[in-house]
Order: sequence, then C-alpha cells, then structure tokens
Amino acid sequence: MTIWLVVIIGGLITFGIRFSLIYLLGEGKFEIPETLRKALHYVPPAVLSAIIFPELFIRDGNFDLALTNTRLLAGILAVVTAWFSRNTLLTILVGMAALFLLQWLV
Amino acid sequence: MSEARRNFIGGIRAELPLLIGVFPFGMIYGALALNAGLSNAAAQWMSSVIFAGSSQFVTAQLVNDGAPMLVIIITIAVVNLRHMLYSASLAPYLKDLSLRWKILLSYLLTDEAYAPSILYYEKEGVQTYKHWFLLGAGFSLWFTWQVSTAFGIFLGASIPANLSLDFALPLTFIAMIVPVLKKRPTIAAALSAGGTALLAYNLPFKLGLILAAFVGIIVGTLLEERK
Repeated sequence: MTIWLVVIIGGLITFGIRFSLIYLLGEGKFEIPETLRKALHYVPPAVLSAIIFPELFIRDGNFDLALTNTRLLAGILAVVTAWFSRNTLLTILVGMAALFLLQWLV
Repeated sequence: MSEARRNFIGGIRAELPLLIGVFPFGMIYGALALNAGLSNAAAQWMSSVIFAGSSQFVTAQLVNDGAPMLVIIITIAVVNLRHMLYSASLAPYLKDLSLRWKILLSYLLTDEAYAPSILYYEKEGVQTYKHWFLLGAGFSLWFTWQVSTAFGIFLGASIPANLSLDFALPLTFIAMIVPVLKKRPTIAAALSAGGTALLAYNLPFKLGLILAAFVGIIVGTLLEERK
C-alpha cells in the first residue's frame, strides 16, 4: 500500500527538517552570525504567541470578541494569573476552572 | 539521584500539563485516521514514524480525499516546516552532543517538547546533563502520543464528546511564556506574532503560524538592535 511509503517519506522529511539546523549549526560548519543569535531568542515568544492567539480569539473559524467566547475570557484570566503568580500549575488550574464555569454559565 | 536522572524527571514534570491536552488530540487523530480509511496499523505507524500531530491530521484528510502521493508529501513538509525554527533555536545548546544524541533529540522535537526545553535552557544555560531534560519532555510526549493514538484506534467513534481538555495546551503555553515577557522587545515580539497569526489564520498548511513567527522574531530583533 502506498500509505506506508507516504508515511516513511513524510517521516524522513519531518526528521530532516528537525535535524537540519541542529546538525548544520552544531557541527561548526557555519558560524552563527550575531544577529541570528539574537533573533533566535525571539523564537519562543513569537511561536508560542502565534499558537496561543488563534486558540483564544478564533472560534469555529471566525474572529470572536464576544463575551460568549469562553476560551478568550478563560485565557485572559490565565494570562493575568501567570503574570502575577508565575506558577504553571496554578495558571492551568485557574484557566480550566474558568472555562468549565463559563461554559456552564453561558 | 544522578544529575542526568534529575534532568530527565524534570523534563517529564514540565511536560505533564501538556500531556493532558495532547491525550485527547491523539485519540481524535486515531479515530479520524480510521475514518479516513487507514488501517489500524497504518494509523499507528504514522504516529510513530512522522510523530507530528497537525501534519498527521492533514495526511489522514488528504488520504481520505484521494490526493496524489506527491501532494501529501509536500503538504507534510510544509506543515512541519516550523520545526526548522526550533532546530535553529536549540542548535547552540545541543552543539556539543554526539551525533547519536542529536538524531534522537531531533526525532523527538515537537512543539510540545521544544517549548519547555528551550525555556529551561535559556534559564539554566548549557550544562552537561541538560539534554536529559529535553529527552524527558520528548519521550513522555512520544509515549503519550503512541498510547493515545492506540486508544483512539480502539475506541473509534465512541470517544466521549468534547471535554475541552484540549484547552490545557494553550493554557500551558500561556503559563510558560508569560513569565518570560520581561523586556519590551520580547513583549513586542509576542504581540506582533499573535496579531499576525490572527490576520493570517486563513492561510493553508499552518503557513500563518510560520509567517507570524517570522514577524515576531523580526520585530523583537529590530527593537533590540535599535536600543
């Protein structure tokens, strides 16, 4: 079956992408330029925000700022909790509890 | 407890909240893959060989649509392209490891393993046994992904309705990233990336995510250089 082959090739490509710069930048084949080194520090905040924002603001494919968007409200509460407490577990608990409560209310 | 073991367990610990969100995803993937006409073995095979959630969903969908092999393969590559950013970002911290370690850690390099590990590295710097943290995070995710896929395959359509547990994923990312937002360029990077992700949401193949990441990285770097 071709699906087995598709998965093998897809898996090799995925591995190649993940391995590429760990290998190239790590073997001393390229010196990492100073600007790139600076830029790489912004990968975590940029990527994580790019994952988080749509999860909160987009419901069923549409931009949703309404008060009935329970995930947005619960998410904002989680951001506030994280900001003041700096505590991972507390942030997740507050966010999940808020979501359940809001879903029950709305 | 040895330093290696301490780091390994630290990685598993940091990964735990993400696993709560990943488990339902894996189950949904398993069920969806069967629905798309994949055999039990092929569905599980994809979870262990490709090991990248969103590209697996898209692949199942494309198989279902009868898309040509080349289209599916290119799609997998594009959807997983963002991992190159993670690869670049982790490279300086992994550079002294053996090739075997680099291969193993690359195979395990997902969104969910990257996030806690890079923040740990940035906080602690490079020390001898820190890569065990990434191994702990990556392996616990890998294990959970295999088991949840199997659950999805066997439970099939009888998976309980949406319990909203998937919300644990963005929440954990929030808990990880908010404490890092200390300086202005970092905050600007986060906000500009988030805003771009919303504007570019309709782009196919997660390209919006990659575009948003680049906007955030460029904004942050430019602001830092200007100071």
